[in-house]
Amino acid sequence: MFYRENGQFKTSYRADQQVFPILQDRVAIGLVLIFAFAVVPFLASDYLMRAILIPFVIISLAALGVNVLVGYCGQISLGSGAFMAVGAYGAYNFFVRFPGLPLIPALILGGLCATLFGILFGLPSLRVKGLYLAVATLAAQFFSDWMFLRIKWFTLDTPSGSVSVSNLQVFGWPIESAASKYLLCLVVLVVVAVLTKNLVRGAIGREWMAIRDMDVAAAVIGIRPMYAKLSAFAVSSFIIGVAGALWAFVYLGAWEPAAFSVDQSFRLLFMVIIGGLGSITGAFFGAAFITVLPIVLNQALPVIAGWFGAQISTVGIAHAELMIFGGLIVWFLIVEPHGLAKLWSTGKQKLRLWPFPH
Amino acid sequence: MKLKSLALAVAAASALAGAAPAFAQAKEQFIPVLSYRTGAYAPNGTPWANGYVDYLKLVNARGGINGVKLSFEECETGYDTARSVECYERLKGKGGGASLVQPLSTGATFAITEKAPIDKIPVVTVGYGRSESADGTVFKWNFPIAGTYWVAADAIIQAIAKKEGGLDKLKGKKIALIYHDSPYGKEPIPLLQERAKMHGFDLQLLPVTAPGVEQKATWLQVRQARPDYVLLWGWGVMNSTALKEAQATGYAREKMYGVWWAGAEPDVKDVGDGAKGYNAVTMQHGAEPQSKLVKDVVSMLHDKNQGTGPKEEVGQVLYMRGAMSAMLGVEGIRAAQERFGKGKVMTGEQVRWGLENLNLTQAKLDGLGFAGVMRPISTSCTDHMGAAWARIHTWDGKAWKFTSDWLQADEQIIKPLVKSTAAKYAAEKKLTARTPADCQS
Repeated sequence: MFYRENGQFKTSYRADQQVFPILQDRVAIGLVLIFAFAVVPFLASDYLMRAILIPFVIISLAALGVNVLVGYCGQISLGSGAFMAVGAYGAYNFFVRFPGLPLIPALILGGLCATLFGILFGLPSLRVKGLYLAVATLAAQFFSDWMFLRIKWFTLDTPSGSVSVSNLQVFGWPIESAASKYLLCLVVLVVVAVLTKNLVRGAIGREWMAIRDMDVAAAVIGIRPMYAKLSAFAVSSFIIGVAGALWAFVYLGAWEPAAFSVDQSFRLLFMVIIGGLGSITGAFFGAAFITVLPIVLNQALPVIAGWFGAQISTVGIAHAELMIFGGLIVWFLIVEPHGLAKLWSTGKQKLRLWPFPH
Repeated sequence: MKLKSLALAVAAASALAGAAPAFAQAKEQFIPVLSYRTGAYAPNGTPWANGYVDYLKLVNARGGINGVKLSFEECETGYDTARSVECYERLKGKGGGASLVQPLSTGATFAITEKAPIDKIPVVTVGYGRSESADGTVFKWNFPIAGTYWVAADAIIQAIAKKEGGLDKLKGKKIALIYHDSPYGKEPIPLLQERAKMHGFDLQLLPVTAPGVEQKATWLQVRQARPDYVLLWGWGVMNSTALKEAQATGYAREKMYGVWWAGAEPDVKDVGDGAKGYNAVTMQHGAEPQSKLVKDVVSMLHDKNQGTGPKEEVGQVLYMRGAMSAMLGVEGIRAAQERFGKGKVMTGEQVRWGLENLNLTQAKLDGLGFAGVMRPISTSCTDHMGAAWARIHTWDGKAWKFTSDWLQADEQIIKPLVKSTAAKYAAEKKLTARTPADCQS
């Protein structure tokens, strides 16, 4: 009922090629955007914004980038943490070495650094695939760990190797309050998501998907694997790099290479797998699942224990959180191996026929 | 999957998310406790947290600070910076606002240092954090009370010099620093380089990747270079691994000096006799099972089943560190009350003033049960550290025993280093140094 499309006829190619061809989707997305931009900054508490929404938005952006590479182009990468780090340190170096450089260009330049780095470490993808490539990209991770710990030039010779930024502003608007930080990240996310969506619908995206589905067949029909794979690495690492820069600049404020460790790479890969490979919405679901759920569990468990009159220690909570979280991952993957995004589209399909399923 | 069950799951999840944990009562001074009792650093993080929480409970059992009870909430960080920031954001506004925060991790200290001035919450880092934050004119909200890594490094060099028979005897010696490859481990390097230049010893830097289990290559280098002394800047599992590797390499444990985070029971317990002779600098206190504080904790908390953690660990090194950290924070609140009104709940800004005007005399310390545990400390607007004393203790196979007199870090070396590094930070951040008028606020 909710998704019944009776009467929605397309009379032009333009109309048929919209991102959201169904009216209900357009309305829903519009409402979500209005809610995210106009309602959340006024309703959400400082904690909710600073500790949950900002990381969620930034990590969604990173997951989006990983999804371009892993989900759309089929190149499994474990170097996402490294791309984030390169974006962060790249943006930092531009930001500090060129006084007066505004924040947005610094973020973009950081993304471009990550692009170059990504292309470089994407080169093995021309020879190896699948798990072998995952191991090859792991090298990017270790290389970046080494680089930012050892080469002092990148950290401006700070004795401790930890760097920090402050006095952020965009067009004279200080990025200090929780709402301003949240809105900045959200704007970046929305812009990138729209661009990515169009990219994956277009010729380039189709090349990526052809490579993913069967690279030999793709090459036979005239797709250049080198161009397709490296462009996927470039686009993906640019997005991840920008996300890394935001993570460092906006969320942490001060950081060290450990903030972009191999754990982060794994988490990002899990996000796209659980969220749904090759789906933009999947990136959001995955990011929510991996970043927000543990925090929700962590805060909800003592409350639930309280209902039953039980006291639960900090260690107990931490362990229970890990166990429940792990259990949920397994459960979701068994229930829907194609990820949460597929679950959502199944739900949509059912809503289309509701209340008369067949 | 059935849509109905999914909808149910979503509804349940959102209901959970909406259920906010109960707030602490008003008229209580709230202190967030960021701790890690899980993960690679848990064996060391747990006793610290037990000591910290026990001391807060003890203050309440003794009747609070001039009648103001303390309330606190623990948040598990797992030594992860992002998670620490989340914990900080979660707890900073609770219970009428956090009085102070102790991040217990160098990485988290760096991140929270950028946020605290905006939130107006003092960051107390007892014996860790960034060394240059001892300069209160630049770092208004940071309090590395009682010691920084530069103090630790300096005390170790002095102890080695004493063993050798004078600072001039260090010339030509080889000293290796085996450190946790993170901001924490890198902190002592500037001071050691300064000392190396002054006395002409050769400083070798040997990094170990976190968490520090993989040290074979490092100890191969030690075997090759045969340094006269090894300084160990480790945390958690890295320390015991280093001691085992030293044993395997045949490097004399007597020539190894750990920082104060590498000199507690969990580091040496498993190695046992293999760690015999290993030295570590202390942050004033060592293991103090005989102190009055420990007796108070046992009689007022543990005997009434209100203690935190195992009773037999009360008084161990890291437990004492936790208790001392909590005490310094609590005394900051007490000092603030003396100026802004006794028996009132202090805001973060007022606590900051209190921490900046700490004057813990011997008599006060004795009253608190810290007699013999530590020396008097007094902070000021320019000096947020307050004291630079340390001792060396040595593991005899069963317990830590003090083996040196009190050592004071050389101000002539530390002060200029603090000033110049803090000035660099101020220039980067475009901060102006605080004026005398600001000191009074």
